[in-house]
Amino acid sequence: MLNIRCPWCGDRAQIEFSYGGDGSVQRPRDPEGVSSEEWFEFVYLRENAKGPHLELWHHSAGCRRWLLVRRDTVSHEIDDTWPAGVGPEGAAE
Amino acid sequence: MSGQVNRLEAGGLIDRSRPLEFSFDGRAYTGYAGDTLASALLANDVRLLGRSFKYHRPRGIFGAGSEEPNALVQLRSGSRHEPNLRATQVELYPGLEARSQNRWPSLAFDVGAVNNLVSRFLPAGFYYKTFMWPPSWWMRYEQGIRRAAGLGDPALEADPDRYDKRYAHCDVLVVGAGASGLAAAKSAARGGSRVFLADEHPRLGGGLLGERARIDGAPALDWVASVEAELEDRDNVRLLRRSSVFGYYDHNLIAIAERRADHLPVPGPKQSRQRLWLVRAQRVVLATGAIERPLVFAANDLPGVMLASAARSYVNQFAVRPGRRAVVFTNNDSAYTAAADLRDGGVDVALVLDSRPEGPAASQRRLLEEAGIECLTGHAVTKALGRGGVHGVEYGPLQNGDGTVAGMLHRAECDLLCVSGGWNPTVHLFSQSRGSLRYDPKRGAFLPASSPQAVSAAGAVAGAERLSECIASGLEQGAAAGGVAAGERAKVPDCEPDTEAATKPLWSVSVASAGKRFVDLQNDVTAEDIALAVRESYRSVEHLKRYTTLGMGTDQGRTSNVNGLAILAGLRGDEIPKVGTTTFRPPYTPVTLGTLAGREVGADFAPVRYTPMHSFHEAAGASFTTAGQWLRPECYRRPGESFIDAVNREAKAVREGVGLVDVSTLGKIDLQGRDVAAFLERVYCNRWANLKVGRCRYGIMLREDGFAFDDGTTTRIGEHRFYLTTTTARAAQVMSHLEYYAQVVWPEMEVFMTSVSDQWASMALAGPRSRDVLSRVVEGCDASNDGLPHLGYAEGTVVGAPVRLFRMTFSGELAYEIHTPADYGLAVWQALLDAGKDLAIVPYGTEAMTVLRIEKGHVVVGAEIDGRTTVEDLGFGRMLRQEGDYVGKRSLERPAFRDPNRPKLVGLVPSDGQTRIPRGAQIVADPSPSPPVPMLGHVSSQTYSPNLETPIALALVQAPYAELGRELYAASPLQEQTVKVVVSHPVFIDPEGHRPRG
Repeated sequence: MLNIRCPWCGDRAQIEFSYGGDGSVQRPRDPEGVSSEEWFEFVYLRENAKGPHLELWHHSAGCRRWLLVRRDTVSHEIDDTWPAGVGPEGAAE
Repeated sequence: MSGQVNRLEAGGLIDRSRPLEFSFDGRAYTGYAGDTLASALLANDVRLLGRSFKYHRPRGIFGAGSEEPNALVQLRSGSRHEPNLRATQVELYPGLEARSQNRWPSLAFDVGAVNNLVSRFLPAGFYYKTFMWPPSWWMRYEQGIRRAAGLGDPALEADPDRYDKRYAHCDVLVVGAGASGLAAAKSAARGGSRVFLADEHPRLGGGLLGERARIDGAPALDWVASVEAELEDRDNVRLLRRSSVFGYYDHNLIAIAERRADHLPVPGPKQSRQRLWLVRAQRVVLATGAIERPLVFAANDLPGVMLASAARSYVNQFAVRPGRRAVVFTNNDSAYTAAADLRDGGVDVALVLDSRPEGPAASQRRLLEEAGIECLTGHAVTKALGRGGVHGVEYGPLQNGDGTVAGMLHRAECDLLCVSGGWNPTVHLFSQSRGSLRYDPKRGAFLPASSPQAVSAAGAVAGAERLSECIASGLEQGAAAGGVAAGERAKVPDCEPDTEAATKPLWSVSVASAGKRFVDLQNDVTAEDIALAVRESYRSVEHLKRYTTLGMGTDQGRTSNVNGLAILAGLRGDEIPKVGTTTFRPPYTPVTLGTLAGREVGADFAPVRYTPMHSFHEAAGASFTTAGQWLRPECYRRPGESFIDAVNREAKAVREGVGLVDVSTLGKIDLQGRDVAAFLERVYCNRWANLKVGRCRYGIMLREDGFAFDDGTTTRIGEHRFYLTTTTARAAQVMSHLEYYAQVVWPEMEVFMTSVSDQWASMALAGPRSRDVLSRVVEGCDASNDGLPHLGYAEGTVVGAPVRLFRMTFSGELAYEIHTPADYGLAVWQALLDAGKDLAIVPYGTEAMTVLRIEKGHVVVGAEIDGRTTVEDLGFGRMLRQEGDYVGKRSLERPAFRDPNRPKLVGLVPSDGQTRIPRGAQIVADPSPSPPVPMLGHVSSQTYSPNLETPIALALVQAPYAELGRELYAASPLQEQTVKVVVSHPVFIDPEGHRPRG
């Protein structure tokens, strides 16, 4: 069971969270403006990363906030977490 | 009764003042407090404990701890019966009842032993080879195999004991309380860290308990006692005795099974039998020691063949003589100390056979000389002699390094054959931490290399052999884990003896046609089985394991693993590191399911949710159905009434008069903020911006792939406040879904939301007389047709309780939903029933509710909204907003959604007007075709309509076949039923929708 650091609540056990998919996927800001191929990729295609992987988790049995987690899919090491909607890029800005 | 013929007069850690009566296979024996079942049986000269897994060969006690592969017994009886326990770990308690297993009809005369005689027909993988054909017979074969090759029997009654769980955090968790574990815990605790020390034995000391070492000139157990006292005294240390660390999971989560009452006849009042600890440790120090390795020679499984370290423990810890006359067979120096201890314990040690041509270190040689024990170097045991137990050994000189014995064979008499093939560090938990192992050719063993987790190894598991080295390693790893500076570390005491094992590997002894040479005693895997597997190309260690079952027993190959893969390496002509090891997985030691389940059994398996009106439903005689975790009334049967009659009565009463149904289980979400209307437009497919304050609207949410996700009504309570309802089934999912879009996708929108599902009790008052009932009780608002029009919203009070009134319908009749704070739910419910008494109001359940909604053609999540249907399929295409973005909109352009054969929601009635349409039936055009049969659709909901007095159904049928009046067939091969049906409009009652507006 993973130990996940919620940006609001601190270190919490995995059972308090639910997984929410690939955190690197961004919904197109203007869906009408993208091609069908791009939309198809957004809806269906996901990388099966070996190594560091950006993931969305929901602190569903906690503060109900969504967060971004960078987890290594090989070692399961989590090196950082961010509030979703901010994310590594937002944090760097 | 003085049957303890093998008990020594003095010594040991047993309490001779506390004799304990126990029984084995119905015979009464006596042991002492401090004994294990194994030591007590040995004291009573019981040497045959069980029959082996596959060949039903007689087996005795081989080890002294969790490594025991043979001595599996069943304990207790009735509801507390427990199979497959290692006699070496069962603490003796007064009245203990044990029985042998895997034998029939008795241990001494076992019919299954015929397997041993026909064993050349039972090679490795014989199940796969023999029982292949015909495939349909496998089930029959399997039953016979299961009976013949088995472990104990499970208990057949419910477990009466309690189990509990604890979660804990600590800075340093030390596993194993031997010399290095104690040293590690002591040094970590001195730095102030919160330390847990867990050990599977009832007392601390580990290997020191079975030895006669001295530390700083005093008995080692004095040192153990002083460290124990220091740890007990500290409030930053928790000692867990009788606690097996069985699992090492991600991020240093450690699972421990603490046996709190297994050493008692029954647990004390309110005492749990076992406790599962889940400990999140900042750092883990593994001081799990090492387990002695057996040697592989013919008939090495006879009762009386025993690990040298185990024999030594029986003498030193339990004051039991494990045999009268012993031969010791070793490839290392540690067994010499064992030989000397055995001699001092009154065992006549006839001979030590050492496979190393150069023999032992001088100090070990001197031990034997002082004891007057003969020693032959460069020799090996080729075969244990005897039937049912060791009566002697056959041995001879080793030819060269590969274990071949040639030349003259000799015999020696003995009833105990102690074997020592070196030491296997107990790396299981390190491997579970996803740590890698490295092979150390000097020790002939795998040692911990590196792990991605915060773990270190101390003492014998890390390869230490000398006692002083173990303590030094423990002190160092403990201090490092506890963050203690180098200068403040404790000093290493003087230890005696302080010898190395100097192991020279001997993987197997071979001599022509001597008999079975066992590698895995628990699973009956021989060296010949491994050779066969290699000949059949199972050359990978993982394949070998699965094909031969080597190391797959409950002992996880503690004694067999390294010998097995070394033999494989020899056959392949490879180095051992190239062959590698298999991966160890939890549990390290078997854990009873009760411990894993804890309190979550029976009625406590999952939470049950009750609506605020539950006590009424119970008193009214409702039968209940589960909806997720909710309990909902399905119908309220009157005395003498059948289930179906009750449902029909309730459904008719709503259409003709008035009924009341509990809908508190709906998901309810309160949304507030400047951008809520815009947000709803993005998460629903329909319009919200134009919804006026005080009005409700039905909405459908899509998923991004364009399929329908959930539906419900949402009410605009204020300019920037909406009250949204979801289906019961999707309440939690919809909440997470909305939070996702609000927080992740459109964080710039000002939307606050909270689930208020549990805060509001909800009920629907439905039927042509519903307004009459409502207007009698509601105060503070106008509930007339004009005051509260169709899809209108109002706030008022009922019997003083605040209520939210929504004029909306699920049944198709004039209807109101009434929501009130949960604590008032029962009072408001009762007030409505009281007010409608003269109008013959009925409470109705989910069954009648379903009948009514099918009559009205209302779709529901799970039946019509099944994740494969679009809004267009369901007939709501006109709801789709054309302008602006919303979740799933872009996917509506998918070519598949334009397919003219997409399903369409239709109604079905049986052609004969009376045959029930089978549940889940497929729609076909031809009632008796030859396969493959084109499927034109399926029945999504079906019922009998008491109002139309005919069976009806809703179905999703390919559009070209969905025209009104078309005749089709509803076929259910499962129910062997085909019903001729006619396509109708899906709304069977009031298709114009006049009733709710009236």
